[in-house]
Amino acid sequence: MPILASLRHHKITALLVILEIALTCAIVCNSVFLISQRIDRMNIPSGIAENEVIRVQTADIGRRADTMARAEEDLAAIKKIAGVKAVALSNQVPFGRSSNNSTIKLDPTQKNESLNATIYQGQDVVQALGAQVIAGRDLTHEDNVDFSVAVASKLKIIPKVVVISSGMAEKLWPGQNAVGKTIYMGDKPMMVVGVLRHLVRPSIWDWHTADYSIVLPLRIGATPGTNYIIRTSPADRERVLQQAVAALKVTNPNRIILKKSTFDEVRRTYFQDDRAMIGLLVGVCIALLVVTALGIVGLGSFWVAQRRRQIGVRRALGATRANILHYFQTENFILTTVGIASGAALAYGVNGLLMQHYELPRLPGAYPVAGAILLWIVGQAAVLWPAMRAAAVPPVVATRSS
Amino acid sequence: MFAYNLEMALRSLKRNRALTLLMVLAIALGIGASMTTLTVLHVLSGDPIPGSSAQLYYPQLDPRDMDGYTPTSKPPEQLSWPDGMYLLKAARGSHQALMTGGAVPIQSTQSTIEPFFEDARYTTADFFPMFNVPFIFGHAWTAAEDQAKARVAVITRDLNDKLFSGKDSTGQSLRVNGHDLRIIGVIDNWRPNPHFYDLNMSTFSEKENVFIPLFTSRDLLLERNGSSDCWGTDGNDGDHMETSECVWLQFWVQLDSPAKAAAYKEFLVHYSQEQKALGRFQRPPNVVLPNLMQWLDINKVVPGDVRLQVWLALGFLVVCLVNTVGLMLAKFLRRASELGVRRALGASRRVIFAQLLVEAGLVGLVGGAGGLLLSLLGLWLVRLQPSDYASLAHLDLPMLLATFLLAVSATLVAGLLPAWRACQVVPALQLKSN
Repeated sequence: MPILASLRHHKITALLVILEIALTCAIVCNSVFLISQRIDRMNIPSGIAENEVIRVQTADIGRRADTMARAEEDLAAIKKIAGVKAVALSNQVPFGRSSNNSTIKLDPTQKNESLNATIYQGQDVVQALGAQVIAGRDLTHEDNVDFSVAVASKLKIIPKVVVISSGMAEKLWPGQNAVGKTIYMGDKPMMVVGVLRHLVRPSIWDWHTADYSIVLPLRIGATPGTNYIIRTSPADRERVLQQAVAALKVTNPNRIILKKSTFDEVRRTYFQDDRAMIGLLVGVCIALLVVTALGIVGLGSFWVAQRRRQIGVRRALGATRANILHYFQTENFILTTVGIASGAALAYGVNGLLMQHYELPRLPGAYPVAGAILLWIVGQAAVLWPAMRAAAVPPVVATRSS
Repeated sequence: MFAYNLEMALRSLKRNRALTLLMVLAIALGIGASMTTLTVLHVLSGDPIPGSSAQLYYPQLDPRDMDGYTPTSKPPEQLSWPDGMYLLKAARGSHQALMTGGAVPIQSTQSTIEPFFEDARYTTADFFPMFNVPFIFGHAWTAAEDQAKARVAVITRDLNDKLFSGKDSTGQSLRVNGHDLRIIGVIDNWRPNPHFYDLNMSTFSEKENVFIPLFTSRDLLLERNGSSDCWGTDGNDGDHMETSECVWLQFWVQLDSPAKAAAYKEFLVHYSQEQKALGRFQRPPNVVLPNLMQWLDINKVVPGDVRLQVWLALGFLVVCLVNTVGLMLAKFLRRASELGVRRALGASRRVIFAQLLVEAGLVGLVGGAGGLLLSLLGLWLVRLQPSDYASLAHLDLPMLLATFLLAVSATLVAGLLPAWRACQVVPALQLKSN
């Protein structure tokens, strides 16, 4: 092929174009893959009615006696607010970062834990979060044990039943019905009475265990850092939030509101770093493609300028403008294709390194394919202007001496 | 000769403005992205206490029961109360401090200031001399005041500004969770990054404004913050952490020589054996004694995303450089006839080579200046981010110099191949009319 013969005259430049496209292809493929992974994470189901739930975190100034009774007062005051469907006081909230966790066993004599799960404590937590019970039943007030009683009895009196999330149930008893089964928290047996569709942990450090949650019917007191979880209709959230804060200030003026937010905000805050990273990755991808495209334009223009005489000769010998245009387009296509092929191999190399250090899965084949299509388009778009300038070279150039 | 080369380079660069601009832009983008991410990495992986970090150690013991034991398991990251108290009283280091984090409500005597929460550190006296904490007013408390559970506090300049408008507040009272503590010292805004002495707290944004003696905080049952890791089967409610089977305290010790560190490790092993003989420890002695920088390393305090961003930016820089090599090659070869004439007139290859490299270096210098502006912009963008380290992203002098060094050396390397290639022109061939 004459194109290949001609490329042989520009070995170094051609290799540089191929190298640039290969690097761009490898980086863009992996970046887009990282972006999609982050998006998957950000869309992880919480299992709660996120657009209906708000939370208020408070702390009293000075220690108060009988925190259980104080909690009752607060809950009663919030329940009175118009539009409140359910309210609970809980030690932690989904995506709230701060969490209480415990190792879980299926047999108390077991040497190593079966898994580590997070523990939501409180009364009416499932209703207030709007979590869905998909098997068995929700916890009732008869199941409740007071935290103060549990501590005073040195954990002799503790809740006998729990509700767990489906992710945890599936891990402990794959393919079986978890309802009626027993788990051990330390050496304390607890029977699973219900399974939730999902309930995400407050803080996720391993994405496989994000849905390992237990709701324990342990009534807690109004101690600093506990959360009032309130469910209402989406339109009422802002108003109820204001009124709840006001009500809490009335039941105890001597307290500080640490946090008040809708769950939309809680989720947004939790994933803000991921969102920033996505922005950065998108920015780098665009910058890479622009730099590569400009490089192709620059080199293309140079080649055209260098070959003006040859182009003129070909035109004089009968080549049409379209022939010249296609010549440069084909040349670019060949270079891009070689670049993409080596870039795809490089992409898997980079992916291998990322798999080692960032717990990423293997790059799916669709990414290099999409990357190839993208780079072909960028390459063709970038070469169009130099190629058109080449096609515009008049045949008469052949007769001129430069 | 250099001046002449410079003039030639400038003239040549002016001739192909678009191409020159393209090269400068590519270098500037690559350098800007790389320096932004490298600066963030540089800031985050710095030494929080330069000078004495090599003498600060973080002892770890394993007091847990046999539940989940494997011979390779690491000791917990914190200490229990009995172990911490033993190490504190043994006083084998030149300084040692036992501590934990907390949060306290503060009420101001001024009615205009609403009550607010402040992060606090509950610690024993040596914290201040061991970590070289600078005081602007007053002083730290003493070991005797520790023992006496003295109602005293040290606050930071920020809190002093807020509550006392920056005046010397020593002797004044600080109302903490309904108790009056006497302020005995005000420290300057001291914010080691990362927050090495307690990595359970947010690593880079933590700012504790109140310091209270540890035993006082336990006596007043002030709210604790941070992680606690418990085993066994007895419950605890936070008020009885002293007797619980939990680790929740950090302990730092200053050991002035490697020999002393080795001796301290022996001491820890010996203590573990003794505790095992007494039946309190069940696991075989499992002792680790990392120094400060090793401790930061073990805990991977630099976020993985920051490292990833550095690699991404360096990859981008490589693409930009490859691009520049290509463009420079095109540019130099285009001048083949001019170079041929110069060769024919007696210029040696070396002279031509030097001239072309000056041209490349000039592109690097201008690109570096552009890169510097872009990295300032980049760092400003980083500071707008919500990450907890965002506010720390500032360019310092070493990084500023590094920017130019990287830009010029990278461009010179990129210029080598094109310059060498252009020197290969055969004078006679170029003189022929084509």
